Amino acid sequence: MNGITEKKLSFGELGLSFVLALVAVGAIFVAAKAWTPEFAFHAYLFAAAAIAGVFAIGNRYFARPAQTPQEIDGKPNYNFGPVKFATLAALFWGIAGFTVGLYIALELSWPIFNLDLPWTSFGRLRPLHTSAVIFAFGGNVLLATSFYVVQRTCRARLAGDLAPWFVVLGYNFFIVIAGTGYLLGITQGKEYAEPEWYSDSWLTIVWVTYLLVFLGTLWKRKEPHIYVANWFYLAFIVTVAVLHLGNNAAIPVSIFSSKSYIVWSGVQDAMIQWWYGHNAVGFFLTAGFLAIVYYFIPKRADRPVYSYRLSIIHFWALIFMYIWAGPHHLHYTALPDWAQTLGMTFSIMLWMPSWGGMINGLMTLSGAWDKLRTDPVLRMMVVSVAFYGMATFEGPMMSIKSVNSLSHYTDWGIGHVHSGALGWVAYVSFGAIYCLVPWLWNKREVYSLKLVNWHFWVSTIGIVFYISAMWVAGIMQGLMWRAYTALGFLEYSFVETSEAMHPMYIIRALGGGMFLIGAIIMVYNIYMTIRSPEPAALGTRAALVPGE
Amino acid sequence: MTHPASHSPSLWQRHQIFEKNSIILVIGILIAISIGGLVEVLPLFYLKSTIEKVDGIRPLTPLELTGRKIYVREGCYNCHSQMIRPLRDEVERYGHYSLAAESMYDHPFQWGSKRTGPDLARVGGKYSDDWHRDHLRNPRSVVPASIMPGYPWLEQNLVDISHIGENMAVLAVEGVPYTADMIKSAVSDAKTQGSADDASTADFTKRYPKAISRDLGGNVGRLTEADALIAYLQLLGTQVDFKLYDDKANIR
Ligand code: HEM
Ligand code: HEM
Repeated sequence: MNGITEKKLSFGELGLSFVLALVAVGAIFVAAKAWTPEFAFHAYLFAAAAIAGVFAIGNRYFARPAQTPQEIDGKPNYNFGPVKFATLAALFWGIAGFTVGLYIALELSWPIFNLDLPWTSFGRLRPLHTSAVIFAFGGNVLLATSFYVVQRTCRARLAGDLAPWFVVLGYNFFIVIAGTGYLLGITQGKEYAEPEWYSDSWLTIVWVTYLLVFLGTLWKRKEPHIYVANWFYLAFIVTVAVLHLGNNAAIPVSIFSSKSYIVWSGVQDAMIQWWYGHNAVGFFLTAGFLAIVYYFIPKRADRPVYSYRLSIIHFWALIFMYIWAGPHHLHYTALPDWAQTLGMTFSIMLWMPSWGGMINGLMTLSGAWDKLRTDPVLRMMVVSVAFYGMATFEGPMMSIKSVNSLSHYTDWGIGHVHSGALGWVAYVSFGAIYCLVPWLWNKREVYSLKLVNWHFWVSTIGIVFYISAMWVAGIMQGLMWRAYTALGFLEYSFVETSEAMHPMYIIRALGGGMFLIGAIIMVYNIYMTIRSPEPAALGTRAALVPGE
Repeated sequence: MTHPASHSPSLWQRHQIFEKNSIILVIGILIAISIGGLVEVLPLFYLKSTIEKVDGIRPLTPLELTGRKIYVREGCYNCHSQMIRPLRDEVERYGHYSLAAESMYDHPFQWGSKRTGPDLARVGGKYSDDWHRDHLRNPRSVVPASIMPGYPWLEQNLVDISHIGENMAVLAVEGVPYTADMIKSAVSDAKTQGSADDASTADFTKRYPKAISRDLGGNVGRLTEADALIAYLQLLGTQVDFKLYDDKANIR
């Protein structure tokens, strides 16, 4: 072979274009015969996306070199395009999700905000909020960071040529289908698993590709060990796949209908739903973000992970125990008692590995605590770990049946969710984004640390408003529901308890508004960082943290 | 690694097999995450005590099923539970605690996790059809302090029952005891249930014992989404006769 290779359409480019073309034809056929206009709309979206995909592959072909080198001058030729896309998508969806959160908070305060329209009513917007923050915002953060971390810690370019792009774009297309579906009333009616059969099937394809890209990159690694963050990413990817398939087993009514019926029913469906639901928390909102802790905190603090042995215990104990905890969502329901007891026991035990992880994250700062004063990005991540500790203390407590008899069905749960979601998930994501953007766009630092500081304080106060309002509301409501008069009658009607929530709901909306303002400050800061001309000074990047 | 060479490797050294081989790591993960799920889920499918033995549970009529689809579509489960816990205040507020049997044909279950509004597991028969119609149109017209959204479009939209038979056929595959006869008569049964004094009411109630059949919407000849939803709401929690139900026999 001579040095110059001729540019040819790769097998992947040809194959994927062909498949996408088939999808487009199939989707147009389905659209033409769809039972409802909503489903036809989705089928057309599939067709449009598939055609756009073919064009994108063509454009890329003309722009790309004949062969993409795996290394340049002995250094890995990292593939950061998909990482950048997912990072920006996370910012976009974050703002969207928080805004919808604020909007539904206003609806709960003043029902007039429902506007008497189907598309804006609370029941349709609430799943939009949860999916937008968890799957769209959180999911893109996980895609971006996992694709970044796995390349860096393996010192290898991402496996696959089109595959990483397929994962990132395909995932975001899934989000669009799911989100527009909720507004149009297309839902399975299962919490955190609302998307219907065709969106679920699409996600399955994307997710398997994600797993393959991730594993393929591990196989190319130049380090003998797989770094600990990658264990957590892998557990997240593998387990979410299992959960997704188990919980969404459904039979569509017709290929021309968006409607399907879950094969499970009643009490079994409830158990499977919360096996899924709790582990969406455990593996999506926890394991994946713990991976961020294990890479970004050591990196930013310039310290190695506190304890290698603790990471091993933390990892296995966490993934083993989480799976058992689902029934704490079903205390005192028609789920048999033995299952409730098992769920409660493991939930309480789960406290230990959770705090093991927290300690490992926090103690990584030993010797660098002074940085908390000067580096608001690090502070954000450390505070997130503290919130993680708080949510994982509160959770086991709420899993105790007698506590749960009060907290279940009330806003206490919402307070718990958001101390985990805002304090932990969103904060560690913000921290990672503040680290990642200068690294990806070759800048020395974010545009303004002062603005990061503002973001931190405005949103922290917002979180405090949010969760303390919900604690008060939840406990008050729980107590009011079970209050009796001296004569032995229930003291309050339901709507009286609902009225009592009103001031708390307004405070929550205020807190949510502040959290949103903080996030907007971040977006401005990131925009200015990317625009700033200042190049990264060579050698400022800390050394890699390989797998010890 | 700086471990001193020794003849029996420490546990930490043995762990390296996971750190150096991604496939072994994946297998380890799969084993770790399978155990809990299998132990908690599988017995529910074969332990006979999981679902109580009760009389009276029948599958939803075509109109009720259509109503349930609307319940799911509008996301009512985001604010309303359908699961009464065996706690004194709940039983007094909502009625007998919910049985597993009462949702055994529910694909998916709709127990809910948050009570922004009251539990609906036994709302059937508690209010009149008229009350529901007003309440759905504008909740504040009947409960001034309610924060529930209004659903005025439900009584404007004619209900789409054209494919309800296909829906029932899928549910039959999944174990809901719909007979071929029920599936065949689905569309006419839906119309029968939504109108007063229909000639085929007798046939209909033979297929679905004790099902209500009346003009649900006060709008003769028009079958709306509100009618279907009200048919579903009026059924909720009414199937088991708790005067006859023996709690003790089903202690689990
Ligand atoms: C501006 C920020 C936010 C606001 C104002 C907000 C507001 C809300 C509101 C009003 C609800 C409905 C509560 C109810 O039904 O009573 C809710 C539910 C929820 N939110 Fe948020 N939210 C915000 C951010 C987030 C974030 C960042 C996450 C996750 C990463 C999140 C996850 C959830 C989840 C999981 C639920 C459902 C809780 C449950 O079913 O128990 N939220 N949010
Ligand atoms: C040791 C860890 C944890 C345990 C044992 C735990 C336990 C619980 C319990 C008992 C509930 C209330 C269930 C109910 O009564 O309906 C709950 C709800 C919830 N928790 Fe946690 N929690 C933990 C950590 C977390 C973390 C870190 C998050 C992160 C975001 C989180 C997110 C949620 C969500 C989203 C719900 C609401 C689910 C729903 O009803 O829709 N949890 N958790």
